[in-house]
Amino acid sequence: MLKQIEGSKAVAEAIGLCRPEVICAYPISPQTHIVEALGEMVKSGALTPCEFINVESEFAAMSVAIGASAAGARAYTATASQGLLFMAEAVYNASGLGLPIVMTVANRAIGAPINIWNDHSDSLSQRDSGWMQLFAETNQEAVDLHIQAFRLAEELSMPIMVCMDGFILTHAFERVDMPAQQQVDAYLPPFEPRQVLDPAEPVSIGAMVGPEAFMEVRYLAHAKQMQALERIPQLAAEFKQQFGRDSGGLVRSYCIEDADTVIIAMGSILGTIKDTVDEMRAQGHKIGVLGIISYRPFPLEQVRAALGNCRRFLVLEKSLAVGMGGIVATDVRMAVTGAGLKGFTAIAGLGGRPILKSSLHALFRKAQLEDLPPVTFLDLDWEVVNKQLARERTTRRSGPVAENILYDKGIVSAKFG
Amino acid sequence: MGFQPVKFYQTGTFTVGNRLLTPDERSLQSDEGRSNSINSGHRACQGCGEALGARYAIDAAVAGSGGQLIAANATGCLEVFSTPYPESSWQLPWIHSLFGNTAAVATGIAAAMKVKGKTDIRVVAQGGDGGTTDIGFGCLSGMFERNDDVLYICYDNQGYMNTGVQRSSATPPAARTATTMTVGSAPGNVFGQGKNVPEIAMAHGIPYVATATVADLRDLEYKVRKAMTLHGARYIHIFVPCPLGWGTASNDTIRMARLAKESGTFPVFEAEYGEVTGVLKIRHQLPVEDYLRPQKRFAHLFGEHPHTETIARLQLMADRNIRKYGLLNVNNATSDDAIFDARPPLLNPLPEGEEVKERPREFHITGREN
Repeated sequence: MLKQIEGSKAVAEAIGLCRPEVICAYPISPQTHIVEALGEMVKSGALTPCEFINVESEFAAMSVAIGASAAGARAYTATASQGLLFMAEAVYNASGLGLPIVMTVANRAIGAPINIWNDHSDSLSQRDSGWMQLFAETNQEAVDLHIQAFRLAEELSMPIMVCMDGFILTHAFERVDMPAQQQVDAYLPPFEPRQVLDPAEPVSIGAMVGPEAFMEVRYLAHAKQMQALERIPQLAAEFKQQFGRDSGGLVRSYCIEDADTVIIAMGSILGTIKDTVDEMRAQGHKIGVLGIISYRPFPLEQVRAALGNCRRFLVLEKSLAVGMGGIVATDVRMAVTGAGLKGFTAIAGLGGRPILKSSLHALFRKAQLEDLPPVTFLDLDWEVVNKQLARERTTRRSGPVAENILYDKGIVSAKFG
Repeated sequence: MGFQPVKFYQTGTFTVGNRLLTPDERSLQSDEGRSNSINSGHRACQGCGEALGARYAIDAAVAGSGGQLIAANATGCLEVFSTPYPESSWQLPWIHSLFGNTAAVATGIAAAMKVKGKTDIRVVAQGGDGGTTDIGFGCLSGMFERNDDVLYICYDNQGYMNTGVQRSSATPPAARTATTMTVGSAPGNVFGQGKNVPEIAMAHGIPYVATATVADLRDLEYKVRKAMTLHGARYIHIFVPCPLGWGTASNDTIRMARLAKESGTFPVFEAEYGEVTGVLKIRHQLPVEDYLRPQKRFAHLFGEHPHTETIARLQLMADRNIRKYGLLNVNNATSDDAIFDARPPLLNPLPEGEEVKERPREFHITGREN
C-alpha cells in the first residue's frame, strides 16, 4: 500500500510486520521516532505478542536483546552514534554468540565535538564487530532491507545492522510502498533458533573458549558472512519476485557500462550523485555510479566486476579513517588490487555537512581529469583550518578547537577571556 | 544427560548430617534428589565460598521453579571456573554474555518467556560483587526499577578475585587487596567508601531483598525459595568468603561467614518492598577482631603494633549494623528460644495441627576458638 510517510515511521511499521517479540528502546537522535512508533504499536495492542522494554542505556538495550534472542525470541533494537559506541561490547558479544538480532542504525556522527547530524562514522566503527551491515539508499529500501535482514540474520544465526542516514532518511517524508502482513509472513518464516535456553534441553551458551578453539569460532563468523555474500542476492531476487521491486542485493550500479569514471558511495547520497551523473551524462561525460548496499560482508568480487570497464574510480564516503583517509575506499582498493585503476577518495558530509550538487560536479570533473590528490575533503573550509593551525603554532594555550573554529566562522560572535 | 541423583561421599559433613533431622527440617542440600545445578569437577579453588553459595542458591531456585529455571551469569570467577568449554558444570540452561550486563540479559530472557507464554519458566541472574556492585550496577538498577521478573543473586566475596584480588566497591575498609596495598599511613582499603547494594536494592522498592551467608544453609535456602514464590525484581546478596583473596584456610570458609554474621559485620536480613521484615539474630556476639584476625588481608592490623584504632572503627561499623537491624535480642541474647523466634519459618511447614517436636539443632561453629 502506498503511503506518504516519515522514514522512521515506515521502518517501525516494517518492523511491526516482521513480528518482533522483544523490542528494547533507548532514546537517541535520530532513531528515536522508530522505537516511539513501535512502543505505541505494542501499547495499543496493534503489535502483539511483543514485549517493549524501556531500558536504561544502549548497553542494556543490546544486552536485553541478547538475552531475548538466546531465549528464542525475535529481538530488535535501534540506535545511533554514541549509543552504538556505548553498546559496543554487547554488539561484539551478540555476533560472537551468533544471535540473529536486527538493529537499525540511524547513521549519525560520533563526538567529540558532539554532533547529532548524519555521517557513517558510527556503524563503520563497528566494521569488524561481526555484524552484517546493509545500507539503505531510500526509505523504501530501508523498509525492504529490514524484512530481508530478519530472514538473512535468522538463516545464518548472525546479527545485522540496517543502516539508514539519520535525518536525511529517518525524518524525511516520502512515498513508501508498505508491504502487507501476508506478504511479509510469506517471505519471513517464524524464528527457529539454532541454539536456545530451554530447561527441557539445557545448554551452556557463552562459555569460556581457549586458544584451542577460539580461532575456529572466529573463522566460522567469517564463513557466515561469506555465506551471506551468496544469500543476499538470492534473498533480494526472491524479494523482487514476491514484492515486485528491486531492493537490497550486494551492490547496485548506474550507468557504468560505458563509464570511464565510476563514483562509489553508500546510502542516501547516491540519489544526489545519480542526479549529478545524469546532468554530466547530458553533457557527454562517461561517468557512472556504484552503490554499495552490503558493506559487511563486503562484496569484493562484485565491486571488482562492476569496475571492470572503467579507468578510474572515486569513493565518496561519509566517514574518515583518521590518520589514513577513507574507510570504504580501503575496501574498494582491496577489491581492485592489480586492476591498474586510478583511485581517489573524497571525504564528504561529515557531521551533516551538506553535499551539494555543485560541489559534486566540480569534484567529479576533477576525478575524470585525474586532477585530485589521493584524499579530498569536500568543501573543507581551509581558511579556518589554517587559521587554527597558525594559532596552535603561535599560542601554547590555544583553547578548545571546536570553539575556535566556530568563532572563526563567525557562528560564535563573542569570545570570552 | 539425564538426571543423576547426588552421591554423598562425605557422610560426616554438616550438610549431609541434616539427614538425621526429620524430613521436614532437612535442607535441600541433604536431598539426594536435588538438582546439583553446578556439578562437581569444576575448577573453583579449594574452599571456594562462591561455588558453595552458587550450588546452594541455584539448587534452591531450581527446586522453587519446579525445574524450570534459566540462569544468566556475569563474567567472573563463577563463570570461569564453571565453564571452560566443553566442561560446563551447569545442569540448567545457562548463558554468559558480559561482565556488566547480566541483569539486562536476564531481563531479555524473562521478556522472551513472557512473550512466548512460558511464564512457568523462571529466570535467575548471578554475578560476583564486582559484576554486581560495580560494572553491572547500571543494568542491575534498571532491572530493579522496571521490576522485571528476575531473581538476581550476588555472590559477595568482597573483591575482584578472578583478576587477582583487586578492590571492589564491596571491599571492606582496611582490607588488603592488590589495589589497596598495606603501605602508607592508612594501609589497606580506605574508610568511608563502598556501596551497600542490598540497601540500594531496597530503595528501588522491589518485592524482595535478602542477605544470606554460606554459613546458614537453611536460611539461604529459605530465602531463595521465598524469592522464587514471588514475581518481579528480587535480590539476594550472599556473603561468600574467598580463601584465596582473604588469606584464610580453605576449611574455614563456613567459619569465616559465621564470624562475619556473629560479629555483626555482615547483617543477615530480609526486606519486602523496601522494609526490613526479618533479621537473623546474632546467637553469640563476638568482637569484630575475632572475625578479622584469621584473615591475612587484615594481618597488617595485628602483630607487634596493632592498629587498635582501625579495629575499633571496624567494630563501630559492626555495632551500627547491630543497632540498625536489631541483630541482638535485647531481652536475652543467648536464649535459644529467642533466636528461633527470629528465624524464618522452615522450608516445608508442617500440616496444620502438627508441631515440630524438637527444634533443629544449630551447629556452634563459633565455639571453635583460636
